[in-house]
Amino acid sequence: MGMAAESQFHVLAVDDSIIDRKLIERLLKTSSYQVTTVDSGSKALEFLGLCENDQNHHTSTNIPSVFPNNHQDVEVNLVITDYCMPGMTGYDLLKKIKESSSLRNIPVVIMSSENVPSRINRCLEEGAEEFFLKPVRLSDLSRLKPHMKKNKVKDPRNETEEKIENSEILLQQEAPKSQYSHSESESQSQLQAHSTIDQQQQPLQQNNNNNKRKSMEQQGLSSETDRTRQRYSGIATVV
Amino acid sequence: MNRLLSFLFHQGVLDEQFLQLQQLQDETSPNFVSEVVNIYFHQSEKLLRNLRSLLMERELMDYKKMGIDLNQLMGSSSSIGAKRVTNVCVAFRVATEQNNRAGCFRALEMLEHEYCYLKNKLHELFQIEQQRALAAGVRYPVQNE
Repeated sequence: MGMAAESQFHVLAVDDSIIDRKLIERLLKTSSYQVTTVDSGSKALEFLGLCENDQNHHTSTNIPSVFPNNHQDVEVNLVITDYCMPGMTGYDLLKKIKESSSLRNIPVVIMSSENVPSRINRCLEEGAEEFFLKPVRLSDLSRLKPHMKKNKVKDPRNETEEKIENSEILLQQEAPKSQYSHSESESQSQLQAHSTIDQQQQPLQQNNNNNKRKSMEQQGLSSETDRTRQRYSGIATVV
Repeated sequence: MNRLLSFLFHQGVLDEQFLQLQQLQDETSPNFVSEVVNIYFHQSEKLLRNLRSLLMERELMDYKKMGIDLNQLMGSSSSIGAKRVTNVCVAFRVATEQNNRAGCFRALEMLEHEYCYLKNKLHELFQIEQQRALAAGVRYPVQNE
């Protein structure tokens, strides 16, 4: 861990249920992702605010206790959120992320215990990459990978708009000085602007992507299983 | 799979989600299942107490609040694979949506019964596993409460 060549994708998981947070954390870690869990949409936005932080206010933001110090690379490669949460729902969070110029490229996945087609459609239309029915299984997580790769690799076939946004990153490639690590704080790591973080990440990821894809394939990905099965079989018991 | 576990599956007390929990347990997280289940017990007992006190209201019953607690209980029960408990929650929720007071009472009784049964059986299951582990010469921390 902490080696440049093995830097992992970082997933932010949002769920108000502590049991589901424990579950999703374990599922994600088992699938070799780095995980941060928060219990609300507002905390998620706060955390994401650290990622798109610009150089002007790196000292004043309220840092969650996950991080030992203020100056650390934070990048989120995917957000997975529960739909039903008090206050800000997963849908609200999705909207806010997609409306933010700095955050909208982060893929978002919605989880829900209820199979409501209109809800699913609404989320997908708003830009969610996937909709998982709870309880989420290990096999579901194999569907996350392609979305994360899309975000990391600067594909020349990307739309012009993205290209322009990312041109700054493409031009400024340099050898990474310090190793990127989420769980250990590196003394050299600074809390930098998002584009700078990308410039360190990008060369590291290129080599890694193919290896990860291979290992994921070897894990025996389930085919795109349609998880629209009913959670509660048949008619509810009448009391 | 030991005999108790397959019995519980057969009875529909647990479903494949419980197996998923077990699959997530390994050397890096050796007590995962009992940790999650203990959180579940703690949380569920609180919710069941809430539900009972809500039902004891003489005058206006807050069906909406009951529904919220039920959704929580339903979600966490489903997440650990407690199928029968989940199903009773579904029925209970229907009763709250119909403002069916008598139905809610019956559902709560059933829910408390199913929950107690589940808790006892899971404790038994953990004991069996612990004994096995001890026999195999591996020391597992004892989970109390």
